[in-house]
Amino acid sequence: MPEGSALNEIIQKYEGDREALVEILRDVSQAAGYVTPEDMATIAQRLGLPQSQVHSVASFYSLISLKPMGKHVIRFCQDAPCHVAGGREIWETLEQTLGIPFGATTDDGQWTLLTTSCIGACSVGPVMMVDDEVYGNLTPDRVREIVAQVGGGA
Amino acid sequence: MAYRANILINSDAPGAEAVYGAFLDELQELALRDEVQVLMTSGLGGQGVATQGVDAIVYPDSVRYVNLTPDDVARITEEHLLKGRPILALTQAAPEVAPLPPPAPKEVRVVLRNIGKINPFDIEDYIAEDGYAALAKVLTTMTPEQVLDVLKQSGLRGRGGAGFPTHLKWTFARNSPNKPKYLICNGDEGDPGAFMNRSVLEGDPHAVIEGMAIAAYVIGAEQGYFYVRAEYPIAIRTLRAALEQAREYGFIGKDIFGTGFDFDLEIRMGAGAFVCGEETALMRSIEGQRGMPTTRPPFPAASGLWGQPTNINNVETYANVPQILLKGGEWFASMGTEKSKGTKTFAIAGKVKHTGLIEVPLGVTIREIVYDIGGGILNDKKFKAVQTGGPMGGCIPEQYLDLPVDYQSLASVGSIMGSGGFVIMDEDTCMVDIARFFMDFVQDESCGKCTPCRVGTRRMLEILNDICAGRGQPGDIELLEEMGKSIMHGSLCGLGAGAPNPVLSTIKYFRHEYEAHIYEKKCPAKVCRALIEYKVDPELCIGCTRCARNCPVDAIAGAPKEKHVIDPTICIRCGICKQVCPVAAIDVY
Amino acid sequence: MKSLEELQKIKERALQRRKLAGEGARARIVVAMGTTGIAAGARDTMAVILKELEKRGISDVVVTQTGSAGMSTYEPVVQVQVGNSELITYGNVDANRAVTLIEKHVLGGEVVAEWQVK
Repeated sequence: MPEGSALNEIIQKYEGDREALVEILRDVSQAAGYVTPEDMATIAQRLGLPQSQVHSVASFYSLISLKPMGKHVIRFCQDAPCHVAGGREIWETLEQTLGIPFGATTDDGQWTLLTTSCIGACSVGPVMMVDDEVYGNLTPDRVREIVAQVGGGA
Repeated sequence: MAYRANILINSDAPGAEAVYGAFLDELQELALRDEVQVLMTSGLGGQGVATQGVDAIVYPDSVRYVNLTPDDVARITEEHLLKGRPILALTQAAPEVAPLPPPAPKEVRVVLRNIGKINPFDIEDYIAEDGYAALAKVLTTMTPEQVLDVLKQSGLRGRGGAGFPTHLKWTFARNSPNKPKYLICNGDEGDPGAFMNRSVLEGDPHAVIEGMAIAAYVIGAEQGYFYVRAEYPIAIRTLRAALEQAREYGFIGKDIFGTGFDFDLEIRMGAGAFVCGEETALMRSIEGQRGMPTTRPPFPAASGLWGQPTNINNVETYANVPQILLKGGEWFASMGTEKSKGTKTFAIAGKVKHTGLIEVPLGVTIREIVYDIGGGILNDKKFKAVQTGGPMGGCIPEQYLDLPVDYQSLASVGSIMGSGGFVIMDEDTCMVDIARFFMDFVQDESCGKCTPCRVGTRRMLEILNDICAGRGQPGDIELLEEMGKSIMHGSLCGLGAGAPNPVLSTIKYFRHEYEAHIYEKKCPAKVCRALIEYKVDPELCIGCTRCARNCPVDAIAGAPKEKHVIDPTICIRCGICKQVCPVAAIDVY
Repeated sequence: MKSLEELQKIKERALQRRKLAGEGARARIVVAMGTTGIAAGARDTMAVILKELEKRGISDVVVTQTGSAGMSTYEPVVQVQVGNSELITYGNVDANRAVTLIEKHVLGGEVVAEWQVK
């Protein structure tokens, strides 16, 4: 995290409780986009845990990111109902439009393309989240539109 | 004089008297005193969320004005009360409560009964529907044993997927001598396509809170946890608000209903691990560890969260409890089949006309769900299979359309109830592709602890990928079957035990598709890219060049007025040429 | 929450509010009270409607007002909807017409076609 005090705030929020490790790591990941090795070392020290354990928990959960994210994060639902509703085409459109494979971040740091598990909006599949907004009933054109809109508006 | 409008002002807020007086004055001025009544009431309730200021609700419009001062009143009286034009700038937008469509003929809504009808942010709306009456009855007139008797009679089984008799689960936790005891609600609904729990948490959170309070009373717990996946931020927000209100009204907290019973609840969030829906993994996650399942025994009822007796149930299981206590075990048992009592929610998804959430008595057939409730297959195509129970469930083919949907019947054909996922597939679905798809998901979510699951699912996935890419070998099917069995036997938790189900069930019922992929290098459903070809029918082609012009990789050759030809080595099977051809001369082979 | 009685009181209060919001109403009557409406006498129409309902002891009909109907030649405009049937718009509804509408349409379920505005 860029500022040590923000990390402190989060640890304090959970009263340094080592059982809140998952929540602490998640909050840090959400606030800063990802968790740095330095963050993990600080957390380990403050919670009285071995660094390996902090790393082991951090690497287990998909919503805790250990790599820096792009400015905008796309999370595309990779689960069955969205797939049956035509997800493959959207998958390809996304990779094509952004020029990166799933899991990667664009060179200019603008976009990170990830998959997510079901968001529970299956009746309007295929579905993707761009940052905190959910978009449904996707078509290849719509995807290109959304990317242009969000990217341009940046 | 009958009143045509009523204004309710909450008397608890400072400044309420002045606003009340202002309304009386303004109404007098406009000669509306006989038509509009103004009332002061303690606890406004009603639509919307309370503010710290003076709020007023105008009925029957159900418009809520917030933070009013006497200066606002003149305008409101003239514009809204006289002329019927609410002043939106002074109102509070009510949170949107999306209703469900009216129940289909075979539906019976128990768990879903309040969704869309009540405002989840208004506890009094829940109370109007007999909310918390069950808790009152239990705490003041029933012993834990009596509650267990009612549950036993109802035949309620865990709705999270395992279907374990709920009264037994609670009995075990109750009988464990250690204290403190804990209660957990599993809201980690991770099955793709399942949003039953989300809908209940967002639309009727108090039903779950009430169910948990009753459970806590029975087992002797004073602390409970909601474990909700982080991908459900709205559900979490709604739950937080509901818990605050429940505390405010004294339904949870200390000395509930003056009986000396204490119980409170906290929310814990998941962090994106599907396996944390498994109860032991869930508890490890709350404890701040990697969400890896642990052996059972010991079962949570004996040693669970922090080694203490714990009862975990699914959102839907708890949501059924208040109704059962109010209407009786017999009522619940009057629905469903002999061993599967009551109703169940299902999330209908896939190639069907009406997708969405339904609730039916157990025992309704697959055909009834797909055709009577779902409206039949999209575009009137042919039904091929339905996958029930999420990624660890099997695919059920056409010959079982009249199978009743209950725990035993689904298990007898190689699937599971799971949490209620119901994905419908048509003739254009490739069953090998589907099996591969689910294996991909499970492989990704495997926690890695058990070698058969960790390595086995990856190997199975590789074989499936090869088959779909045209690299299938004789012997692959047999290998998949063998590996599947090993993984099922060698895995500690339900994820591993169920991971091979989609593959094994599709091999069982659609072996010919696998064989076509392997031996003929063909995909009968025309889905697997490597095994299909787009061809121009020379009989129909009019040489308009549209396909060639639209092809993104220039794979089509042909001059104007000449027959066009697609080069299969360049073609990426995107399907655009077929879409744009004006004479339907291009098809997939 | 200290007692069953308290819970019961809250439930009654909540149900009462639902009644105020017109849930379960047999019919709805809407009187247009824009400036032109009022100029044409909509307020009298409204008063007569309320008095008539009270006289007949009818308490499950919701009466509300709305802004200008946008049909100044037809004011006062009154809309009537019985149950889930079609919402009917009537024009030039003075005191006499109002009483007839209550009798014929609201209670009798019969649309009075001559006064209907499309």
